Amino acid sequence: MTVADAVATAPRVELAGISKRFGVTQALDAVSLELRPGEVHALVGENGAGKSTLVKILAGVHQPDAGTIRLDGEPVAIHGPAHARALGIAVVHQEPRLFPDLTVAENVFIGHAPSGRLGSIDWGATRRAAQALFEQLEVRFDVGAPVRGLSMADQQLIEIAKSLSVEARVLILDEPTASLSAHEVARLFTIVRRLRDRGVSVLFVSHRLDEVFDLCDRATVFRDGRHVITTPTSELTTADLVRHMVGRAVSLFPKVETPIGQLLLDVKGLTRAGVFRDVSFDVRAGEIVGFAGLVGAGRTEVARVLFGIDQRDSGEVRLGGAPVSFASPSAAMHAGVAYLPEDRRQEGLVLDFTIAQNVTLPILPRLFPRLLVRAGTERQVAHDYTEQFRVRMTGVDQLVGALSGGNQQKVVLAKWLAAKPTILILDEPTRGIDIGAKVEVHRIVSELAASGLGIILISSDLPEVLAMSDRIIVLHEGRVTAEIPRRQATEERVMFAATGSLDGGASRDEEPAPAPAPATPTIGTDADD
Amino acid sequence: MSAAATPATGGRTWMRWLARWETLLVIALIALIAIGNSLSPFFLTPGNFSNLIAALMEVAIMALPMTLVIIAGEIDLSVESVAGLASAILGFLWAAGVPLEIGIPVVLIVGALGGLLNGLLVARAGLPSLVVTLGTLALFRGLALIVLGPRGISDFPPAFTEFGFGHVPGTLIPWPFVVFLALALVLGIVLHRTWIGRQIYAIGKNTGAARFSGVRVTRLKAGLFVLSGLVAALAGVILTARLSSARADAGEGMTLTVVTVVLLGGVNIFGGSGTIPGVVLAVLVVAVMQNALRLASVSVEVQSIALGLLLILSVIIPTFAHQAKSAIDRVRGGRPPPADSVPLGETART
Amino acid sequence: MTDASGVVVPAVGPRAGRSWLSTIASQRELSLLAIMFVLGGLVAVAAPQFLSASNLSQVAVLASIIAVAAVGEALVIITRNVDLSVEAMIGLVAYCVALVLERHALDAPAAIVFGLGLGLLLGMINGLIVSVFGVPAIVATLGTLSVFRGVDYLIAGSHQVPLAGLPAGFTAASHDSILGIPIFVVVALIVVFFSSLLLRYTRFGRQLYAVGSNPEAAAILGIPSRRVVFVAFALCGLLSGVAGIMWVIEFGTINGTAATGVVLAVVAAVVVGGVNIFGGSGTVAGAALGALFLGFIANALILVGLSQFWLQAIYGLVILLAVSADALILRRVQRATAARRVR
Repeated sequence: MTVADAVATAPRVELAGISKRFGVTQALDAVSLELRPGEVHALVGENGAGKSTLVKILAGVHQPDAGTIRLDGEPVAIHGPAHARALGIAVVHQEPRLFPDLTVAENVFIGHAPSGRLGSIDWGATRRAAQALFEQLEVRFDVGAPVRGLSMADQQLIEIAKSLSVEARVLILDEPTASLSAHEVARLFTIVRRLRDRGVSVLFVSHRLDEVFDLCDRATVFRDGRHVITTPTSELTTADLVRHMVGRAVSLFPKVETPIGQLLLDVKGLTRAGVFRDVSFDVRAGEIVGFAGLVGAGRTEVARVLFGIDQRDSGEVRLGGAPVSFASPSAAMHAGVAYLPEDRRQEGLVLDFTIAQNVTLPILPRLFPRLLVRAGTERQVAHDYTEQFRVRMTGVDQLVGALSGGNQQKVVLAKWLAAKPTILILDEPTRGIDIGAKVEVHRIVSELAASGLGIILISSDLPEVLAMSDRIIVLHEGRVTAEIPRRQATEERVMFAATGSLDGGASRDEEPAPAPAPATPTIGTDADD
Repeated sequence: MSAAATPATGGRTWMRWLARWETLLVIALIALIAIGNSLSPFFLTPGNFSNLIAALMEVAIMALPMTLVIIAGEIDLSVESVAGLASAILGFLWAAGVPLEIGIPVVLIVGALGGLLNGLLVARAGLPSLVVTLGTLALFRGLALIVLGPRGISDFPPAFTEFGFGHVPGTLIPWPFVVFLALALVLGIVLHRTWIGRQIYAIGKNTGAARFSGVRVTRLKAGLFVLSGLVAALAGVILTARLSSARADAGEGMTLTVVTVVLLGGVNIFGGSGTIPGVVLAVLVVAVMQNALRLASVSVEVQSIALGLLLILSVIIPTFAHQAKSAIDRVRGGRPPPADSVPLGETART
Repeated sequence: MTDASGVVVPAVGPRAGRSWLSTIASQRELSLLAIMFVLGGLVAVAAPQFLSASNLSQVAVLASIIAVAAVGEALVIITRNVDLSVEAMIGLVAYCVALVLERHALDAPAAIVFGLGLGLLLGMINGLIVSVFGVPAIVATLGTLSVFRGVDYLIAGSHQVPLAGLPAGFTAASHDSILGIPIFVVVALIVVFFSSLLLRYTRFGRQLYAVGSNPEAAAILGIPSRRVVFVAFALCGLLSGVAGIMWVIEFGTINGTAATGVVLAVVAAVVVGGVNIFGGSGTVAGAALGALFLGFIANALILVGLSQFWLQAIYGLVILLAVSADALILRRVQRATAARRVR
């Protein structure tokens, strides 16, 4: 701490007047930012605010059009990713970029492995050095095993070990928690704090405001490529931060109260071996049932079985009273189940199809029973549904890939609505879209429920689940651990059930889940699933 | 023709038309015909046209289902061996006294079953089609050799061989060309005008999204392999008729030409784009080129070189054209990609 | 279930030990050797001449040629590319070397150097088309397969270099041996040894794996992917040149069709040897063993009285079995990992 205090006045990194333009888009407009040694500095802003451009400039991927970068007072130009690393700047991306076929140790030291005689790679030394790094991080790894199959969290730790191996002075964490469980987030934060105490400057880019308050010393807000404010987090409230980000006060989550109707979906004892067990719940017309739980708790996996992607091993699913079993997504669709998948780009949309082609893709056989596609009908259908959701577009002939994330998500919603489902499963419908679009998606979901659909909302955004759901089903390690009605739902209750600490619902715990590390009292406020 | 495949994105229509691969093929075709005509006065005669096209028909016919298979993101290297197997079994059955009325349906079924094997291994078991069909390329050829050995069966009835090198009465149009055109028409309509075609493009562009949109990916892909096998067997029958000889090594080396024609037709090797008209044009370009080279007394060996170069150039030219176009766009200050969207080229190819 | 040791603070999932399945998956070399031993024993009972020294060395000599080419192919496949033109490179080098020897244009050592240089040049052409012009490897090498073979035909015409056209003693190497090991086998072992060292212990070798395993990550790390891929193709050409020279020595009589269809055996050897067709993993020793395995099966089948015609079909089956086994093992490993995460 004393070391950090002594140099606290001299910034480690100083960005001044950085501008970057892509075509007609001014991604960054004369922004400034300083990182001190031994601080964790949050960078927040909506999508398109310029956060990722700034990260890429620091990582050497882009060169700024104007402005200066100083590192420990010396002006530098960062020529490329390798140069950035040589300067001691390391970036940990949301999705780690590792080599699945290579071992953990090699991934840590790739490009600078210890060499023996004749410049050949010394594998023994590499393994020992990697082991030593993980010991510093106080995690255990089999450094000789290939990376393939490791969890996202473990892969991020490898990225961090990598940054230690080059003795990075600046560590940039680019939305590192997006796909981590609360427990993994706690572990990550412990490690980040440890690095901070050693004098490393950490830039923490996140969408999760509670994490900003939890971890960061100062926060900088960007909006539309401009610097808005830099201030100690202790002098901020969540409401302030949101206001700085969107430039206006927003009312979050306009949930419409809807009368609950008849039973639509009844699931009893659903089991898929090794994935989830004995899952029972029901969904009624007009109802939004929230699915909460940690990543890997089995929420998406339950949805995949309901949508016919995977098959169940036992249990019963009744739709409108009749037992059903879907061998394929198309069978599920015919029965009135729609599923908005977690990964919009890989599973939700065909990016270089037009909006119209995307919207009609699931209903082509129904729309054109005589095989021939009529462009007029297709455009009309697409137009009707996208209009309803206020998709910002030049027309239904526009390529979906050219839309913003929020508008893309609305196209996916339009696509599933065109299929006229009775049950709509939404898997992380607002992940990675900005606050404005998020509010609109919430409005649409609320309206859909009001129109009589039964909705299953899977979300890792706890405030979202709490605000939107009529009832919350909490899963932990493939089992339902709680079913909480809207009135009784609090963040604490849901989190306890999600970590397996609450003996409500199916209480068949054979071992208590590991308690959160005592050093990190983050669970209570952590919105991460 | 391919409005379904290439959606409008603004810009002047004729500019887009000019930039299309099919247009380039038409220009190449006209240029080649002009060159051929200057080389020999016989070049444009119907008789010559008939010869020029007949020799390429097996390849052309196999190229049509191959187009759909490649657009769906897979490849079928086994077609030449399926054709060989069909020829061998047809010869074997004929030599054993089985009439052609039974023999031909049998070999077509065998071809479809061979395609089904490929389809199940690729679509159901999820194995890479490149390796699977490399395996069945060897397997089916091996079966052909086991069935027929080194013999050649050549005492087929004239009615059958007439189908191979005869013409439609009163014209000089070879029968196989009629088969090719009919198949091109049917598959062209399926690919470009029906939702089955739309689903094939969706699979090629993004299999995951197609599956999650209720497209029956496994069934459709397996179906395409069955079609490919069936048509390859048909090509084997035509080849047998045209050469009046059934041999186990029939069709050897044809896969290369089939794939070349398909790629030359503007089909992306990674799937997701391409058209039947483009492939039909490519067939004509290759036929005219081979014929021009032959009239110029260029040896078959050089034709093989020309074909290989053509294949490589067919990929290099569009790439460069695209780069030149985006360079021009940049200079003019065209629209940048939105901040949070991935460039289309990348998503299409990953 | 999972290792209980996982509940140590603060780590969530230390991965103690690998599953036995992944151990087997990484030991394709051992499983191939085991199968060969068992099969060898069975065949020896049916056909005792199988185990004779002359037969075994004949198998090994033929397999050595394919093995050398398979090592080159493996280098390319590890980078997530493929080279379908190897057979045309082997054929072209073989014919050209035979031709310069017949015409007395070069003496034997110079002809060998010429053959190696020609192979390297052809490989560099492939590398250029793929890495500079960005043509997908399968398209590029399908094209050069056609071009190289066309050039071969063009030069050769109907001419055939007879055994007598080669210098006396040039073809002796095919039945000479060092310490009882045929020279061809020694050549293959040297190639495998040095390629293995290259892959395992040099920065370039690791870059080959990195480029094949995750091209995007490799680009971010600043690995010069294009150069790495170029060199892989060049080396593949060089090794095809070696195989071409071996082809001349082994068969003596060479025409324009030499080595036609060999690419199937080469790719089969690589796949059977456990190199992932999608790049990133596998060893050259595996590829070479794959070649030996295929040669061994072919020989065994002929000795037990199956006709030559069965060979093709068996090759096809072996390829299908190998790729199915790969997929099955990978799926099991992934399931095991998933099960460890979610109970």
